[in-house]
Amino acid sequence: MNLSELQAKLIAAARLNPPDDRVPHAFERRITALVAARAITDRWALWTRGLWRAAASCVVVAVVCGVASLFLPAAADNSNDLSQDFENTLLASVDQAEVAP
Amino acid sequence: MVLCMERSEAELIAAVLQGDAASFEPLVVKYSPRVFATARRYARRESEIEDIVQEVWLKAFDKLKTFRSEAPFEHWLMRLAVRTCYDFLRGHQRNRESSFSELSGPEEDWLERFVADPGSAAEDAAAAKLLIERVLEKLSPSSRLVIQLLEIEDRSVKEIAKLTGWSVPLVKVRAFRARGEMRKILSRMTQDKYL
Repeated sequence: MNLSELQAKLIAAARLNPPDDRVPHAFERRITALVAARAITDRWALWTRGLWRAAASCVVVAVVCGVASLFLPAAADNSNDLSQDFENTLLASVDQAEVAP
Repeated sequence: MVLCMERSEAELIAAVLQGDAASFEPLVVKYSPRVFATARRYARRESEIEDIVQEVWLKAFDKLKTFRSEAPFEHWLMRLAVRTCYDFLRGHQRNRESSFSELSGPEEDWLERFVADPGSAAEDAAAAKLLIERVLEKLSPSSRLVIQLLEIEDRSVKEIAKLTGWSVPLVKVRAFRARGEMRKILSRMTQDKYL
């Protein structure tokens, strides 16, 4: 059997039968509804993405501060220690009460 | 709606990009027949065809930002359609290994007529159409796409490269392989029936 001829004949058959281009009823409405829903979802997605980005940048800042506090040399002068000063100020009245008879 | 139809394609696309999803509808109305015709070349069941076309339009909406208005919207859309059909073929590679023993009566008659006298088997017969569909279904996705575009739709290699995103040499290689694959399938089909 001549396979090339059979192939040519079947290809010709396919060419003679172009596919139908009919569109189902109200198909465009279905697509428009899906697209509109997608647009709304997209707005929420944008908002969510923004929040996640903000959260990520906060984490980065926290990590950088943590690393800096670990590796930067501690100040030799205690008077520069902000946390100590803050504690002293806050507990000053208690200290005075203890000192007073 | 009438107002929308009067607006140019570029205006509709610009409106969609600015958030007016309703402006997408006239584009869907205008180009859906072509997209459906393309999808019907690669899928048989109507539910599958509708799924493919729906996916094409949703992709078109999502990727509309990437559309460059130098080329017609239709070309861009058809590229999306062809690539979506290719993805569909790759995802539905079923029944490719089955034999041809399940040919219908008219298909067998047509083949017998061809074997007896090739000139007497008409190309416009319904059986020939069914046979070529069967053969195409047995091809690998890339071979089917190439045979469809190159042999049946009579497109140039350059056009196919643009539609598929493949390079020109790759299209040529795949076309060579596809023809060989098709001949093998035809040979198997005739052996199943006549040996």
